[in-house]
Parts: sequence; structure tokens; C-alpha cells
Amino acid sequence: MSRTRTHTGRSIAAHAILLTYTLIALFPVFVIVINSFKSRRAIFAEPLMPPMPGNWDLVGYTTVLQQGDFFQYFLNSMTVTVASLFFVLLFGAMAAFALSEYRFRGNLLMGLYLALGIMIPIRLGTVAILELMVSAGLVNTLTALILVYTAQGLPLAVFILSEFMRSVSDDLKNAGRIDGLSEYRIFFTLVLPLVRPAMATVAVFTMIPIWNDLWFPLILAPSEETKTITLGSQVFIGQFVTNWNAVLAALSLAIVPVLVLYLIFSRQLIRGITAGAVK
Amino acid sequence: MARRKPFRWHIGVFLAPAVLVYTAIMIIPLFGTLNLSLYNLADRARVFVGLANFETLFGDPRWSTAFWNALWNNCWFFIIHMAVQNPIGILLAALLSSPKLRMAAFYRTAIFIPTILSFVIVGFVWKLILSPIWGIAPGMLDAVGLKFLFAPWLGKEEYALTTLALVSVWQFVGIPMMLIYAALLSIPDDVIEAAEMDGLTGWSQFWKIKLPLILPSIGIISILTFVGNFNSFDLIYVAQGALAGPNFSTDILGTFLYRTFFGFQLQLGDPHMGATIATAMFAIILVGVCIYLFGIQTRLRRYQF
Repeated sequence: MSRTRTHTGRSIAAHAILLTYTLIALFPVFVIVINSFKSRRAIFAEPLMPPMPGNWDLVGYTTVLQQGDFFQYFLNSMTVTVASLFFVLLFGAMAAFALSEYRFRGNLLMGLYLALGIMIPIRLGTVAILELMVSAGLVNTLTALILVYTAQGLPLAVFILSEFMRSVSDDLKNAGRIDGLSEYRIFFTLVLPLVRPAMATVAVFTMIPIWNDLWFPLILAPSEETKTITLGSQVFIGQFVTNWNAVLAALSLAIVPVLVLYLIFSRQLIRGITAGAVK
Repeated sequence: MARRKPFRWHIGVFLAPAVLVYTAIMIIPLFGTLNLSLYNLADRARVFVGLANFETLFGDPRWSTAFWNALWNNCWFFIIHMAVQNPIGILLAALLSSPKLRMAAFYRTAIFIPTILSFVIVGFVWKLILSPIWGIAPGMLDAVGLKFLFAPWLGKEEYALTTLALVSVWQFVGIPMMLIYAALLSIPDDVIEAAEMDGLTGWSQFWKIKLPLILPSIGIISILTFVGNFNSFDLIYVAQGALAGPNFSTDILGTFLYRTFFGFQLQLGDPHMGATIATAMFAIILVGVCIYLFGIQTRLRRYQF
């Protein structure tokens, strides 16, 4: 009897703490989004009121859409993220397959070499990366960003994917070999489809830092045509810092795409983490 | 006669793209940067100067004041993360992993949301909320009768760095939460049942059984936090600009590197001093990682289930 009571008490306390923290986590986002739909006066007078017919105003959004070239920025971010993701997944999976499938001299060493990049951030090489891109004529191109992000994403991708590929059954691959499939066919038609869940996990982990990065767009591709959405909204907000409607609308517009992607992939992300993808 | 195995070309083909891109864009520039720190400009030509740049960085008061200031600020940034972010993360994970908790998936998803937002959003959102002009924060403190506690936290030298560190904690608490949560879920039921047989439940069970089992994960989180903190730049840049105001009180190594290397306002960028700072950061991170790998990780007992 007393035991069940303490149990209920404990679960109420657990819910209370979790709910409080959830509110802390969501509150700032909530405040920004509701105020972006309100008139300037309402933003200042009653910041916590939800948008209603009395204070409804979309002037912030119209300013943003007229002033900033947000569509172009969005397209740039999309191009960079999708292309880097493609190369990280393809090259990463290939290397992971070589490391987990074949025994060859230097296997362990190669694995360690590729894993080095998990601990040492690529940013520390920025000075030489910029010189490299200048001499290759790639400054202010999206190619420069794609190359950098591919290199940045590979170490973790190889590490996670090779853990997963070790669990693919040998019998299956050997059956393929007996049927005369080449090693390339075995990789592309047998192994890749089986590690698809792991690929999705890696994709989410790789995508978020690329989409949100400010450092490399600022240094390698700050021109108007190559600005990513993160850099674009940073510059825009800096210029319009006193136009609160526009700032709040720009922030809301920047939140929405990531939020939608996250809600689509969140199950995958959580499953990936809890499956021991990151050890 | 020993038959040599034919050379397996496919291994090379599988490895080549990843190794080439990784080596060309990451490893070579990294060592290029380390190497560049040994050079400087003299009469527009790049000349080898040995360790002179480091002497300037640590010895010349114009540089060393900024460097030690950034380094200390960075340490404080890290201390706040270790003291606030990781305990909160562990607490949330422990609560989430309790069996039969309803809405666990909802809490998990919601608490992780700040982590996926970009620094631009996070920086400006908190700037707006803490702003004395708009005043959501002062208004809310007023509602509970604590208005006297309010100060323009981001604008005061003594509070700005701590405030930004807490904002960063707010953003990243999802990561330790998720990793610890995963570690707690992987503890087998037998162990928990055996503990319950011995009368250990609730908090004592957490302290005596679960915590020792998740120590390796806590170690990983600590080193991830360390590398992340000593490499961070974006949040400070977005919230306080490249000058890391007020009066450099929020300057950390990342912003110091950016200003030096890329220049700001009237100061020209200096790739050689930039490379020198990057090398110092590299050394700091390397020392941290080595302490973790050889000093901590090998001493943590791992349990195989």
C-alpha cells in the first residue's frame, strides 16, 4: 500500500521535472513564433499573448520576403546539404565496407587514421583550407563548401557504418560470391540495402551540423550568390536589428525547415542513438 | 610454391574516394596550418621564423593578454557545461528511462529540439528574450516579484560569458541526455532485478548500480563537451559579434582565431598568427583527448553483458 503511494509520488515528481524542462526547452521557440504574427505594438505590449484577430499582422513576413533573397539562400543550403550528404554516405559506406569486410595489411591503421577526424575538428585547418580553395579558384563557390563538409562528415560516418556492416551476415555475402557476383555488386545490391537504417542515422547526424554551420560559409563562401540560409539570416537579422517584426519573421522562417526535418527523422535519430550507434 | 594472392583492387577502389577527400581537405590542411604557424611575412615574402610566432602569442603583451583571456574564458565556458549541462542531462535521462513512464517519447523529442536549431536562431532568440528593451525576461521576473534580480545579463562584463554558457547548455543538453538514456536502456533487466532482490530501488539503485555502469558514457560525454567547447565560435559570434563584447569578456579561442585570421573592422587578417592560434588550440584539444584516452578511459571498467 505504502509502496504504491511512493511509486505514484515518484512518477508525479518525474513528470513535473520533465514537463518543466520541456517548457524551458520550447518556450523561446514558442515566443518567437507567436510574436512573428503580431503587430509591432502588440509585440512590445503583450509579448506572451498568442496572435489573435486584434493584433494579427504579417508585415514581418512581407518585409523578409521582399528584402532578403531567402529563396536563393534556401536553395544554396539545400544544394550544399544534399550534395555533401550524398558524398558522405556513398564514400563513407564504401570505406566502411572495405574496413569491415576485408582483412588486409594496414586495416587497423587505416581505421584509426579515418577516426582521427572524429576528435580533431576540421576548423583548426581553416587557414590552410582557405589557401587551398583560393589556389584552386573555389572561393565563393558551393563546391568548396561541399568538399569541406564531405571531409568533415566522413570520419563519423565510416566509424558508425563499419560497426553496422560487421553485423551483416557472412553467409549472405558468400552466397553472392558463389553466384558469381563481383565485390561491387555485393556491396551495392546486398549490403547497402541492409544497412539502410544505419545510413539514415548517419544522414541525420551529418545533416544538422552542415545545415547550421556558420563558420565555413562565412569564410569560404560569403558572396551574395552562395550564402547559405544560416549565413543569410545572420546577415539579414544584423541589418534589420531594429525592425522587430522582420527579425522575428526571419527567425521563424529559419526555424521551420529544420523543425519539419527533425520531426520527420526524430524517430530514426532516437532509434539510431539507442541502438548503440554512438558508443 | 607459395601462391601469392592476386592484388585485391576492389579494396583500393572502396577506400580511395573517402581517403582522398579526407586527406586532401582535412589532414593536409590541418598539418598545413600547423606548419604555417612557423612562418611569417617579411617584405611580402613568407619566411621561416621557427617558434617566434608562439613567442609573440605568449610573450608580447598585445597578444598574450588576449590569448590568456580567451583561454580562461574558454575554460570557464567548459566548467559551466560540465557543472550544469551534464548533471541535468543525466537527471533527465534517468527520469526518462524509468519504466512505465508515459509520454517519454514526447519529452525526449521536445527536449532535443533546441539542439537541432542553428546558432543564429539560438543566439538571437535569447538576445531578444534577455533584452531589457523588449523585456520578456524582466516582465516574467516581475510577475513573480523578482524584478530586482534582472540585469542586462548579456551587456554586463561579469555576467555575459556565464549567460552565454548557460544558453549553450540550454541548446545542447539533449546530447548528454540521449547518450546517457541509451546507456541506461542497455543495462540488462537481470542486473536491475538482482538489485531489486537485494532491496535496492529508486535513487539508491541509481547511485549504486546504474551510475557505475554508465561511467564510460559519462566519460565520452565529457570529452565530446571538451572538444566542442574549445572549438566553439558560432554562438558568441552571433550573440556578441566578432569583438566578443562587452570589452572582450566573452572572447573564447574560436572568436579570437576568427578575428586574428580573418580580420575585423580596421585590423587586417593575419594568416600566420591565425595558424599559430589554431596550433595552440590543436595542442589544447590533443592534450585533453590524450588525458581522456590514456588517463580516464583505460581506468574505467567496462562491463560486458
